[in-house]
Amino acid sequence: MKIIDVKGVSKKFGNFEAVKNISFAVEQGTIFAFLGPNGAGKTTTIKMLTTLLHPTDGSISLNGFDPVHHPEQARHSFGIVFQDPSLDTELTAYENMEFHAVLYGVKSDVYKPRIQELMELVDLWDRKDSLVKDFSGGMKRRLEIARGLLHHPKVLFLDEPTLGLDPQTRNHIWGYIQNLNKKEGLTVFFTTHYMDEADRVANTVSIIDHGKIISSGSPEELKQKTNTKSLEEAFLALTGNEVRHEEASSKDSMRQARRMWQGGNRR
Amino acid sequence: MNTIYILWLRQLKRYFRSKSRIFASLAQPLLFLFAFGYGFSSIFARAGGGNYINFLAPGIISMSVMFTAVFSGIEIIWDKQFGFLKETLVAPVSRFNIMLGRTIGGSTVAFIQGLIVLLITLLVGFRPSLSLLFFALVFMFLLALFFTALGTAIASKLDDMQGFPLIMNFLVMPLFFLSGALFPVAGLPKIFSYIVKLNPLTYAVDGIRGTMNGMHAFSLTLDFFVVVIVAVVCIWIGSLLFRSIEA
Repeated sequence: MKIIDVKGVSKKFGNFEAVKNISFAVEQGTIFAFLGPNGAGKTTTIKMLTTLLHPTDGSISLNGFDPVHHPEQARHSFGIVFQDPSLDTELTAYENMEFHAVLYGVKSDVYKPRIQELMELVDLWDRKDSLVKDFSGGMKRRLEIARGLLHHPKVLFLDEPTLGLDPQTRNHIWGYIQNLNKKEGLTVFFTTHYMDEADRVANTVSIIDHGKIISSGSPEELKQKTNTKSLEEAFLALTGNEVRHEEASSKDSMRQARRMWQGGNRR
Repeated sequence: MNTIYILWLRQLKRYFRSKSRIFASLAQPLLFLFAFGYGFSSIFARAGGGNYINFLAPGIISMSVMFTAVFSGIEIIWDKQFGFLKETLVAPVSRFNIMLGRTIGGSTVAFIQGLIVLLITLLVGFRPSLSLLFFALVFMFLLALFFTALGTAIASKLDDMQGFPLIMNFLVMPLFFLSGALFPVAGLPKIFSYIVKLNPLTYAVDGIRGTMNGMHAFSLTLDFFVVVIVAVVCIWIGSLLFRSIEA
């Protein structure tokens, strides 16, 4: 069954067309990697799938619901870890988790043990009562991932989830996600710039560049198609070596600055 | 229901954790209370207006409720910039409930701020009548709802804090100065009095003052209905604008 079905979707911001007539599908219970250089349209696509942006053209089906016309049903179906920070820094780590659980209608006898389990997984349980503003960038990232898994969604969107995390934490988190994928049939849709990560965990990969999908298939198929040995080489063969310029709004650059500052301020 | 509660709780936690903000937002009403209160009291008494502190205190309480409420509404802009808004926008709950929970939370914060100022005015000699105090508190909460919803509505359309001075100087300050918070509404020049009567804040201030010390220019029933209607209209417009936010 296709749990995500995107047909002919475009998104324009004024004159700029960020996503140009893309179509793809994700089978239920698979791990899908959505790869592309900076500014290729990955985050815009995720925002359209998760009801935050409305497509200019085309149709989307997520777990059978159209995010534009039935946003609430669609929102019941997924969880998301955003690319930029989305925690309330004035609340404690535990309060952020609890807020999420209540918002997603998870019952307290379910969420209490689960919050502990997830916070132990990301190694934050002993810091559960600290305010998030005192956390380092990596700790915030781990908390966000734990939060995204809290309500056991059908589809989990992860927009560059492991950016800035050390290999130990990355392995840990992917192990947990793969386990959920096998045990509960969780569908995972993720973006990353770590090609080895995509190579290792993804069943299917789609590569987007300049707003268009240029290639899709399993990591093996892409390597064969481009006659390369690793997914990274295949990726470079398909998208070229040129460095991309991303247009950033004031909001984005502020977040970026905030993130860099936090990154350099590890405790 | 749980959604509304958790959003309300969040606003309160944030409020009580930022002690500096509580103190900072007391500074302005206190300045007005002392500067105007002591500055004009002898002239006010000579003009036959009676005790100016008694007249002014409800106006200053209204001011602190209103300013805090607008600011609580505007806070959505911070949530937009720091990314937290997205977390609530993708949750499987109706946007109306999110907007309502935030608005009630922000109103509660503004209401508490008004209570603190009320206590301070007692220290400088304000003596409200206790018989209608409950209704005064109802008016204060309605006023808080009205301006939190207004702030939310405006903030839904803004992307950063750069528009904030504009809102303060062209909306909040004029509404405050043209509301009868600082001076009696009766006996104003004609055009000026029309403007004051068109200002919904006038009725909230009048209701709060009337229930606290009996000095009201309109009937309290009229005050009540005007404030309820503008609060409902602002919540309705606010929820429409909030629903249309794209992140």
